[in-house]
This record gives sequence, structure tokens and C-alpha cells, in this order.
Amino acid sequence: MTPFYVAPEQLVRDKAEFARKGIARGRSIVAIEYEDGILLLAENPSLSLHKLSEVYDRVAFAGVGKYNEYETLRKAGIRQADVTGYLYSRRDVTGMGLATAFSQTLGQIFSHEQKPFEVEMLICEVGMEPSENRLFKITYDGTLYDQRQVTAIGGKSEALEEALREGFEEGMSLQAAFDLGVAAFRTAEDRDPDGWEIAVLERGNGRRTFRRIDPDDMSPT
Amino acid sequence: MKINPDRPLPLDAPLPGSSFSDLISSLGHAPAVDVTTRVEGKLETPHGTTVLALRYEGGVVMAGDRQATEGYLVAHRHIKKVFSTDHFSAVAIAGTAGLAVEMVRLFQTELEHYEKIEGTRLSLDGKATFLSRLVRNQLPMAFQGLAVVPLFAGFDDIESLGRVFSFDVVGGRYEENDYGSTGSGSRLAKSYLRGAFQPDGTEEAAVSTAVGALVAAADEDTATGGPDLIRDILPNIVAIDSQGIRDVEEGLIRTAAETALGGVR
Repeated sequence: MTPFYVAPEQLVRDKAEFARKGIARGRSIVAIEYEDGILLLAENPSLSLHKLSEVYDRVAFAGVGKYNEYETLRKAGIRQADVTGYLYSRRDVTGMGLATAFSQTLGQIFSHEQKPFEVEMLICEVGMEPSENRLFKITYDGTLYDQRQVTAIGGKSEALEEALREGFEEGMSLQAAFDLGVAAFRTAEDRDPDGWEIAVLERGNGRRTFRRIDPDDMSPT
Repeated sequence: MKINPDRPLPLDAPLPGSSFSDLISSLGHAPAVDVTTRVEGKLETPHGTTVLALRYEGGVVMAGDRQATEGYLVAHRHIKKVFSTDHFSAVAIAGTAGLAVEMVRLFQTELEHYEKIEGTRLSLDGKATFLSRLVRNQLPMAFQGLAVVPLFAGFDDIESLGRVFSFDVVGGRYEENDYGSTGSGSRLAKSYLRGAFQPDGTEEAAVSTAVGALVAAADEDTATGGPDLIRDILPNIVAIDSQGIRDVEEGLIRTAAETALGGVR
């Protein structure tokens, strides 16, 4: 049987469209820098299936799209980080190193596999100083974006980012950052949210800076 | 599993997939050293000596002296033998210091790795079982005289109480009812604890009992270093309760050491 010829441009376009459709179905996540660190806010109706996770002392992961796919990536990131930190030193695990590893992996899967991963993800690293914070966004095809102050992933990421940039101020309190995130979701989604998953990377938390916040303990003012 | 240069993340892991030590073994970084031939003569390596843990109302206190010996010599005066392993547990080590410290590092990474992958901590029993596996893996080294014997303590959030586990060189795991101790001065420390232990005492009382037991051990065991107020060398002590683990304040340890040493004089 003669295989059909498909132009590479067509193939890539089809794969990208497929992945984007999958991601658009998922609920979005935003990351906002505040005075003591980085706030991660995800719309998530489930209390047990997390979209936000600790990766290492100063690094957190957020993923949208297909649960089993970003869960595979999350676990792989934790493995990579723990192995590096164990073989060398805890300080040798950086957000940059992890983000490039994710980017290469997703890029490889996009070009070599039949079906690309339908995910978008964030790798956030809280620095010793606010100027050393890092927000990396990685898309389904492995494209890596280095972002500042605010970022968003998921179906409504563009509208969310725009709303966040408008309201962002440097040195905001946690509550102000949370309010900004909630307001951005309202603007972008134009509906009531289904429940929040909240986590922070906070400079004052000791060695492990990641902390989950109970949504009941935090309400928009 | 090998890390593929084109796909740098370890996407698949050995079953059950949440164990860090299985992961590094599969990557070829296992810390185990296989000693197949018997070494003539004794290998002189720094040894740690007396460590102990005792329960009190609502928690557990763990303490260790600071001295490492090499034969009849003092190798280090400031070494640390009590390590927090996660938010609710700690390990104290006795035996070959170099191997013990590495074992603790692997144990700490294992607990944190499991917690991050699974989204929940191992139970206290689960942690103790895993530690006994690490001790058992050292058995070939123990036959060469390089034994590591840890002591494990933590707060059990299911039972809501502090618990103490001791181990032997083959990895046997024994839960202690009231207190446990290991190392060359452990017999002396235990006879002190037998008389002084109060099951429903406060944390402060448990700290002074722990310091008293270390002073008693250092008094008659040449390999145990007691509190040294001239050089300001104080035992490492941690307390673990429902709020988690924390280092006991130095001032409190110093006062307890002064009292205990005064009693000896």
C-alpha cells in the first residue's frame, strides 16, 4: 500500500490545532508576583486532583490540559529535580534548568509522536530577591516563554494575561494579588468560577517555600 | 531507565514510581558499596556514639552528643548526629559516620520525594519500614566492621503521639515504649533513663532528662562527648509534636547541661 503524502507544514498545523483544542477545553491558571513571592491561582473544582505542585525548594509546577499528561510531566520534573539535588547540591536545581528540560521533552514529543501532549505548563521559581523571580511558560510544542510579573496558561490565557497586566503593581500584598487574579478570571471568563486551588512560593517559608492555601481561608475583598 | 538526551526528563520510573532510592538505582547512582573481599586489619573511620530519644506527653525528644572518635582519638568535636528527616520525624545516627550521614541524606530525599510525588506524607510506620531497608542494605559493610545503627523518632498524626523506633545492624526494627538509645554509651544512657523517665512529663522535663542521660553516658564511656561548657559544645536536641519538628532552644539545653554537670560534681 502506498502511504499518503502529507506536507510537513500541514502535519504540524494539524497537530498544533489538535493540541490547542484540547487545551482550550481546560480551565486556566495564573501566576502573579507579590511582595513575598509568587501566587499561583487555578480554577479547579476538584479538591484532590491538583493542578499546582511543589517541584523543589523554590520551584513550583502548574499544568493545564489533559490530566494524565501533565501529571506525567509533573512527576518527571520532580524526579529530575530530586536526582540533581541529591547527586550535586540543592542549589544546583534551578527553574531555568527544569524549564529547558520540559521544553525539550515537549518539543520532542510534538515532533516525534503521533499525538502531541495537550498541555500547557508553568515553572515558577521564587528568588531570594523579587528581581530573581522566574516565570517560565511552556506550550504543547515545547516553546519556552520567559515571563515577568504575571503570566497565564490555559484556554483563556491571552485575555487573562491582558487583564493581569492592566491591574498589576509591584510589591502587592498576597490579598491584593489574589483579588487581581480573581478579577482577571471574571473579566476573561465572564462567568462564576468553579472553585479555586491556591498555592504560593513564599520567601519566608524556610527551605521549602511551597505552601498550599485553603480556599476557605482566602476570599476576594 | 536511561535518560535519553533527546528527551531529558525521566518520564517513566520503576514501579511503584514514588521511591527515590529505586529511581537512583535504576539510573545507576545507587549509593551501595559491595565489599566482597575481607579487608585485613581494621579500617579506622570516624564513629558516632551516644544518641537517644524519649517520649513525653504529646511528643518526642531526640538528642545526640557531638563527638566522633577514630580509634582512641577524637576525630571531630562538633559533628551533628540528630537530623530532621521531614516535618514530623528525625533520625539520630551511631556507627560509621561517613556511611550514616549518607544514609540520612538518602532517607531525607526519599521522604520528600514520596511526599511530592504522591501529594501526601508516608505514615510513620512506613518511614520506619523504609529506614530498616536502608540499614539492611548496609549489611555487607557491617560485616567489615562498618556498621550504621540509626534511631528513629517522630510524631504519628494518626495515633496522635510521639513514637520511637530502634534498629539493629541487620535492619531489624523495634518500637520502643518509652525511650530508646543506640551507640557505645547507650547502655549507660538507658540505665539513667530507666530511673529518670516520666511518661507524662513536659517537653522541658524531657529535654533535661535527655541531657542528664547524655552526661551519664559521657561520664563513663570514653567515646561519648558530654556537654562542654568551656568550649560551648552542647548536644543537638530536637522536639517533635503535633506542630512539627523544631530545634530545642540552646539556652534551655545549656541550663539543663549546667544542672546535670553540677549533679556530677
